Amino acid sequence: MNSPLHAWIEGIGFLAPGLPDWPAARAVLRGEQSYAAAPSILPAPSLLPPAERRRASRVVKTALAIGLEAVAHAGADASQLATVFAASGADGHNCHALCEQLAGDDRQISPTRFHNSVHNAAAGYWGIATGSMAPCQVLCAYDASFGAGLLDALAQVALERQPVLLIAYDSEYPEPLHAKRTIPDCGGVALLLAAERSARALASIRAVPTNDAADTLADAALEALRAGIPALRALPLLERLANAARGSVCLDYLRPMQLKVDIEPC
Amino acid sequence: MTPLLLSAYTATTCLGRGLDAARHALHAGRSGLAPCAFETVKLDTWVGEVAGVDDEKLPARLADYDCRNNRLTQMGLETDGFGDRVREAVARHGKARVGVFLGTSTSGILETEIAYRHRDPASGALPDGFNYRTTHNSFSLAEFTRAYFGLEGMAVAISTACSSSAKVFAAAARQIELGLIDAAIVGGVDTLCLTTLYGFASLQLTSPRPCRPYDATRDGISIGEGAGFALLERADNAAPGSVLLLGAGESSDAYHMSSPHPEGLGARLAMEAALRSAGLAPDDIGYINLHGTATPANDAAEGKAVTALFGDRVPCSSTKGATGHTLGAAGAIEAVICALALADGVLPGSPGTAARDPAISVQYLLESRATAVRRVLSNSFGFGGSNCSLVFGVAA
Repeated sequence: MNSPLHAWIEGIGFLAPGLPDWPAARAVLRGEQSYAAAPSILPAPSLLPPAERRRASRVVKTALAIGLEAVAHAGADASQLATVFAASGADGHNCHALCEQLAGDDRQISPTRFHNSVHNAAAGYWGIATGSMAPCQVLCAYDASFGAGLLDALAQVALERQPVLLIAYDSEYPEPLHAKRTIPDCGGVALLLAAERSARALASIRAVPTNDAADTLADAALEALRAGIPALRALPLLERLANAARGSVCLDYLRPMQLKVDIEPC
Repeated sequence: MTPLLLSAYTATTCLGRGLDAARHALHAGRSGLAPCAFETVKLDTWVGEVAGVDDEKLPARLADYDCRNNRLTQMGLETDGFGDRVREAVARHGKARVGVFLGTSTSGILETEIAYRHRDPASGALPDGFNYRTTHNSFSLAEFTRAYFGLEGMAVAISTACSSSAKVFAAAARQIELGLIDAAIVGGVDTLCLTTLYGFASLQLTSPRPCRPYDATRDGISIGEGAGFALLERADNAAPGSVLLLGAGESSDAYHMSSPHPEGLGARLAMEAALRSAGLAPDDIGYINLHGTATPANDAAEGKAVTALFGDRVPCSSTKGATGHTLGAAGAIEAVICALALADGVLPGSPGTAARDPAISVQYLLESRATAVRRVLSNSFGFGGSNCSLVFGVAA
């Protein structure tokens, strides 16, 4: 496959309902463990000062947890890393609280609620906590957000020749918005992507647009996660990585354009 | 980076619809701000509201996307012949080879704010007609634009608060540079909504008067709305005098969610990265369109960063006294204002600003000035410490 969108994966972070981290997900994707549905477990973000740690929202906890896991997996220094945050929405619970208050008579909303409402809130907390002054992208492409994030992260690696941490994540909305946007729980995947092959490289990844149909997963429960949480559109790619299997998968992106992703384990 | 051609560009703000309206107002130093009379908002503040947005009718096939933000998106796209230039580019390159990169901070959240006033009294459910995906979601304007032109390639919304639609230029340039696409619709659209009006008021960042960037008595922003777009293509055959994107630089403050780094460190990193990307030195820049929100903290921090890099040599101004702070659309609108400065040889002034802050030693323009310039820089900084600077120039 010939494409300039190429990198070396050095670290992986993962979180989903019933799959609290990458080792747990890897065991299930390898068939060593069976999948057991359970609510997502969101670790307290050790990166943040105690006050912010207590107040951190579910979406911030999710993004920070997977980002840190990928950084630790790669043995990288978060304070030097460029980042790409890809999310299909912002903090749904905060959004609900703001809309509820703005629909009432007292519209004097809390300033903290307001600055937490921006789509780049998790990225802002990540920057403050890690001290990284490197470029930070924050994007959204609804259900195609993982693919959009992967495209920009790989392009940055290819052109800047610097590592980029891709953090793709989603959180649920409470009712009544949940009925209109049915993401079931928090989930996400983080990939630390490097330009050059190192001893830490797990696999090479190369992506190219295609009009082929996106791959699905054989296991119905895992397929429900892939289809239900936009960031987990990455699951067919992670299945390859878990099994250290080479070959191509087709990830759901923005129909009719999908992303063919070629994986070669190191 | 390899320079890219802005083969078309347009902006619609409270100054009016299209380039001529912006040009005339900026040359004359006229502001489009007015006391806030938006929707049911009761705040002592001024806003830059665009006239006629709600008269805009979306095509029947895209009726699901109907909301104030997408009405303004369509209005902007069909101004100054921009839509026709896009359709020509699609015919030239193919519908999978023209990408969509748009910035926004709040997209169509106004629809959700209104829907929350009409919840079912028994169940609490939102009205049946409310569509989250096609209005509220940050991607809505990019998905609408992609569908509007029948495109089948990549599309993304960038949402980094007030740097959003500067960063779209950088993201699109990367994909063109790598050959994944041949052209990109870049831009930004944000519209007035309760979240931002009451939100900035809660932070005590809105002024009760028209905003006064870089003024000694500045006391906050005036929120505006607007749509700015550019069509980016390779510059191989650019005619002399046409406007080029020469460089882009991005950085993070890593400091605070809603206050800039007090020394403007992140801002300086973004400007340095943009100059490096363009292969230029500070002396090559003839005008800076400042972020200049008119909050005490932003202008002080940005002023320090600009002074550290450029001294007081470069004429600069914020145009937010004319347009208001259009948030996620500001980067694109100010990119278009930079293109006009290059094309017309007129540097915009700063309506509203009366007495320059003596603590900031940049060469700040109160009134427009006729000066031909070859290269200009535009700053956009956002909540969460997200910074982006762009360099534009004219083709030789």
